[in-house]
Amino acid sequence: MLSETVELRGHIIDSLILPKVLDEILTRGANFKIAQVKIGQKRTDQSFARIEVSAESSEALDDLILRLRQHGAEVAEKGDAQLAPAPSDGIFPADFYVTTNQQTFVRIGGREFEVRAPMLDSAIMFDRQQEIARTVRFADVRKGMEIVVGHKGVRVAPRQRATSRRDIFQFLNANISAERPKGALIREIAREFEATRKAKGKILIVAGAAVVHTGAAEYLERMIEGGYVDLIISGNAFAVYDIESALFGTALGMNLEQDARADAGHENHMRAINLVRAAGGISNAVKNGTLTRGIMRACVKHKVEFLLTGSVRDDGPLPEVITDAVAAQRAMREKIEGVTLALLMGTMLHSVAAANLLPASVKTLVVDINPAAVAKLTDDQTFQALGLVTDIEPFLRELTECLSQLRGVAKTSRT
Amino acid sequence: MRELLLCPPDYYGIEYEINPWMSRARGAETELAQSQWQGLHQTLASLDNKIELVPPQPKLPDMVFTANAGLAVGKKFIPSNFRHQERAGEAPYFARWMEERGYEILRLPENLYFEGEGDALFVGDTLFCGYKFRSDIQSHRAVAEMLGCLVISVELVDPRFYHLDTCFCPLPDGGAAWFPGAFDEYGQRAIRAHVQELIDVEEEEAKCFSCNAVVLERDIVLPEGAPNLVKTLTNRGYRCHQLPMSEFLKAGGACKCLTMFLPQRESVKF
Repeated sequence: MLSETVELRGHIIDSLILPKVLDEILTRGANFKIAQVKIGQKRTDQSFARIEVSAESSEALDDLILRLRQHGAEVAEKGDAQLAPAPSDGIFPADFYVTTNQQTFVRIGGREFEVRAPMLDSAIMFDRQQEIARTVRFADVRKGMEIVVGHKGVRVAPRQRATSRRDIFQFLNANISAERPKGALIREIAREFEATRKAKGKILIVAGAAVVHTGAAEYLERMIEGGYVDLIISGNAFAVYDIESALFGTALGMNLEQDARADAGHENHMRAINLVRAAGGISNAVKNGTLTRGIMRACVKHKVEFLLTGSVRDDGPLPEVITDAVAAQRAMREKIEGVTLALLMGTMLHSVAAANLLPASVKTLVVDINPAAVAKLTDDQTFQALGLVTDIEPFLRELTECLSQLRGVAKTSRT
Repeated sequence: MRELLLCPPDYYGIEYEINPWMSRARGAETELAQSQWQGLHQTLASLDNKIELVPPQPKLPDMVFTANAGLAVGKKFIPSNFRHQERAGEAPYFARWMEERGYEILRLPENLYFEGEGDALFVGDTLFCGYKFRSDIQSHRAVAEMLGCLVISVELVDPRFYHLDTCFCPLPDGGAAWFPGAFDEYGQRAIRAHVQELIDVEEEEAKCFSCNAVVLERDIVLPEGAPNLVKTLTNRGYRCHQLPMSEFLKAGGACKCLTMFLPQRESVKF
C-alpha cells in the first residue's frame, strides 16, 4: 500500500469539494484517513483539510492524485526521495523506483532534480558529485550507485492531452486504420517534418527491411537528401537489402523493378555482404566507390548517423552491426537523446526497442501494415503517438511528395 | 445605469480551435457577425446602459468576448490568465485599459488559470466559479482571498459548456437559469443548496447558449432559440430581448460572452 498526503483549502465545504474528493478516493478503490480538518467559522472563512490517501499501486496512486489535483488538492509531503546503494553490478536495490517515460522529478536535499533521459522501465540514479539524476538500466548499474527507492520525493508530470489543435500528434493521439483516407493526415505529417527540420530538431527514423522490399528506399533516400533525417536505427537486414538493391537491383533475390525473382538472386545478398565486409564496412564501401546508390550510401554522403543492431537470424553481419544486445541498447540510448520527432516503420523489433527509450514528449509516428504492431506501439508507449496502418511504400511516396511540395511553396514564397 | 464593456468584432473570426464549437472549416461570416454585434450593442445601449469599447487588436479574434477579460468588483479588477496561448495575448490590452480607467489591478499568480467573468458570476454576495476546462480551482481560492467573499467552486463536465456563463445565468431576484447537465453531481448539489428558484433550461435551448444572457434588472438580452426559457422568464416579469447570434455561436460565445460588467458588483458584503 502506497500513500501520499494531500491538502485542500478554500470554500471546500460549501462547494462540496471535500465530500467530492473523499468520494473520488473511495470510488477509485483507494482509502483515506482525515488527518486534520479546520472549518471556517464565518461565511467567507476558508476551510482546510489534510487527508492521507493510500492506494494499492503507485500507478493507481499517481492517477488518483492527478485527478484530485484537478479539484485543488495539493500534495503536502515535500519529503526527500530515499536513496539506497546498488548491492552489486547489474542489480538494483530492493523496492527501486521503476520509471515511466514521462517527465519525472526527484527531490534530494530539499532540491528538485529533473530526471534526465526519461524512459520506460528504468531506475533512477543520483550522482552526488555532478548533482544529476538520470535513468539507469540494468546493464549500466554499478555496485554502490545511489538508486531511488520507494515513491516518496518522486514527482511525475504526465503530459496532458491538449484540447487545442496545435498539431496532429496532440490532437489525435490515435490510430488510423487501413480503411481511413490518409491524404490530409500525411500532409500534416509532412508539415511536422518540415517544421522540425527548420527548427533544427532531431529526427529519428527507425526502419525495417520492408522499406526496401516494398520499393520505398528511393523515398527514404530523398528524405535524407532533403535534410529530414538525423538518425537511422535499424538492423542488419535493412542495410543488407538496401546494399543488395544498390549493387544488384534485387532485395533478397527479388528484382524490385520487375517484381520477379532474379536468376540466382538468392546469392545476391550474400555477395553484397561479402563486398562490404571486404571493404571494411559500409562507410569504406562508399568511399572506395563500391557503393554508389541507396539509403546507406545517402547516410554516409549526407553524414546522417546510422545505428545497426543485430539479431540471431542475421546473415553476415555487416561490420557496422552491433551484435551485443546490451551494447546495442546502450548505443541506442546515447544516440536517441535529443530526438524530437520519431518515425517508426515496418519493424516491430527495432520500433519497440526505440519506443522504450523515447521520452513521452517526443512526437512519435508509427507506420506499419500490421495493425497489431501499430496498436502495440501506440497504446501504452506515449501520449504523443500517432499510428497509421498502411503499406510503407505508398506512405513514404506521398510523404516525400508532400515534402517536396512544401519546399516548392517555401521557395516560391521567398522569391 | 450599468456600465458595460464591449469590443468591436473588427478582427473576429475562427482562426483556431479551442472548444468543441470552433471549426476552422466553418468560419464566421464577417458582415453578418458585424451586424449581429451591432444589434447587441444597440439593444444594450437602448436599455439605458453606458457602453464602453475596448479597441480590438489584430490577431486576437476572440478579444470580442470581453467577459473573459477578467473580473471587476468595485474598483478592483482581476485580469484573466488564459489557459490557451491563443488568447493569452488579450490579457495585457484589457488590463491596461482597465488600469487607465482607474481600476486597481489585482494579479493572480501566473500559474493559475482564470478566465474572468466567463467563469465567475455573482448570485447575491456569493461568487460562483466554474473550473476544469478553463479556470483552475486553485484560482478560485485566490479570488476569494482578494475579494473577501464566499466562492462556490463548481466543476464543469460538458466540454460544450466550457465556461460557467455558458450554462449558468444568475437573476436579480436571487434565482438563476441553468443547464444542470453541464455540472457534475456535486456542483449541481452546491448550486441547488445556494440558489433559490432555479430555472432548468432544457438541452436543446441550452445548446443555443440561452444561458449566455446579459441580465440588466428586468431586461434580459439573450440569443434567440429558447422559446420555453423566454416564456418562463416572461412569466416571472422579465422582458426578454432575443438576438440572432449565429456567427458568435460558431466560436462558442453569445451575448454574455460579448459583454463584461464594469463592475459586475459594486461591493461584497461579508
